[in-house]
Amino acid sequence: MSGVRVLVGSRKGAFILTSDGKRQSWQVSGPFFAGWEMYHVKGSPADPNRIYASQSSGWYGQLIQRSTDGGKTWEAPGGGFSTTPEGFPKPTPNRFVYDTSAETGKPLTTHQWYDGTQHPWEFKRVWHLEPSLTDPDTVYAGVEDAAIFKSTDGGQSWHELSGLRGHGTGPKWQPGAGGMCLHTIILDPSNPKRMWIAISAAGAFRSDDGGETWKPINKGLHSQYIPDPNAEVGHCVHHIAMNPKRPGVLFMQKHWDVMRSDDAGEQWKEVSGNLPTDFGFAIDVNSNDPETIYVVPIKSDSEHFVHDAKLRVYRSKSGGNEWEPLTKGLPQENCYVNVLRDAMSVDKMEPCGIYFGTSGGQVYCSNDNGDSWQAIVHDLPSVLSVEVQTLP
Amino acid sequence: MIRVQLPYHLRNVAHVRGEVELDVQGAVTQRSVLDALEARYPMLRGTIRDHDTQQRRPFLRFFACEEDLSHESPDALLPEAVAAGKEPFLVIGAIAGG
Repeated sequence: MSGVRVLVGSRKGAFILTSDGKRQSWQVSGPFFAGWEMYHVKGSPADPNRIYASQSSGWYGQLIQRSTDGGKTWEAPGGGFSTTPEGFPKPTPNRFVYDTSAETGKPLTTHQWYDGTQHPWEFKRVWHLEPSLTDPDTVYAGVEDAAIFKSTDGGQSWHELSGLRGHGTGPKWQPGAGGMCLHTIILDPSNPKRMWIAISAAGAFRSDDGGETWKPINKGLHSQYIPDPNAEVGHCVHHIAMNPKRPGVLFMQKHWDVMRSDDAGEQWKEVSGNLPTDFGFAIDVNSNDPETIYVVPIKSDSEHFVHDAKLRVYRSKSGGNEWEPLTKGLPQENCYVNVLRDAMSVDKMEPCGIYFGTSGGQVYCSNDNGDSWQAIVHDLPSVLSVEVQTLP
Repeated sequence: MIRVQLPYHLRNVAHVRGEVELDVQGAVTQRSVLDALEARYPMLRGTIRDHDTQQRRPFLRFFACEEDLSHESPDALLPEAVAAGKEPFLVIGAIAGG
């Protein structure tokens, strides 16, 4: 493998950081889409030159951007026209329209609002883009208000996989502090019909039929801040990670609690162990060792910065419960940054590279399984997402 | 020829510099100008008007000839100077936050 390309989404644009296999010296390009909120940028596993980006703004709404040359140039697909059966031109904007009931034409469902009343779904932005493992033109989008969409034409047009919102628990979903967002999409490399998603604050869900039907998979989650701490849905899952070499073993950073499941989410157990705090957002799994996992503990849900003013990644080599702080190269005093849920990623090199970005605009890299760290960049805008491509 | 000035971020999205010049058929209204703009720059669809309702996005305003036209009917005629190409139709982002 020749090197890595780190795709960074920030509050004010996207950046691309590239390095060779040593991952010691870096080239920085960007900002792309300067001034826009870039919630997520992710490359296609099937074609590393194909990259998708979520570009949004409170002024101008949501755009999807696509690159076919590894991020050098970009276009907003969906600007073209298709033709209706009658032969009239029909615009195909890259917009996200929620499905309605086939019988009544009315909205599929409502969700719970902050005050407990029911509230209609309203599209706000795309939080996460998950390209297909096999087809560069197929990509999934997790959006706020929570739903999953699919494009099979390279992001030109999108349709909702509405079996998720329509399966019956929608009225119990509620927004977390960051909004009601579908932020995690995991595709199973061993089973093209299986996928997992997670929603704040609804929980984790799995489909075994390519996204047509879904079921909640939250058994074992315990959330004291909701009326029924063991409810089927309503849990604020922050992120889920899986090593693709071991599909079905999942690791979760919940609002509080780090969890694992060894049966594709049927049952979860807590593995927070000796973490100084088990609140956090980011979690990931070493690409070479599926029992080695990483989290960045955050002080609390009231104080979204690292514990004890020290930026420490915690690593467990035993799949949880026993954790060690990784501090070499990371600031150990006067540090008050946060690391968001999509802002950690791992490469496929040996030894595994781990990358994460902070609210303070630093992007850190470890090229030795987390033993030591260097800041690739210090002063980007607040980082929303970090994804890494391992280049052939 | 109708002249349209876009805000900085939308000029970048449309890959244009300076003013946009458009041919508008028939009556020159907000709707006909924005329809022509979106036909020429499809990537702007949804960024000025909501995809579904076609309503002006809340943080944008429309001006021309030093008048705020944001709350005029989209089918009202724009000022003669805009229709004649003497003055531009301005799309302006609200100056707040960000």
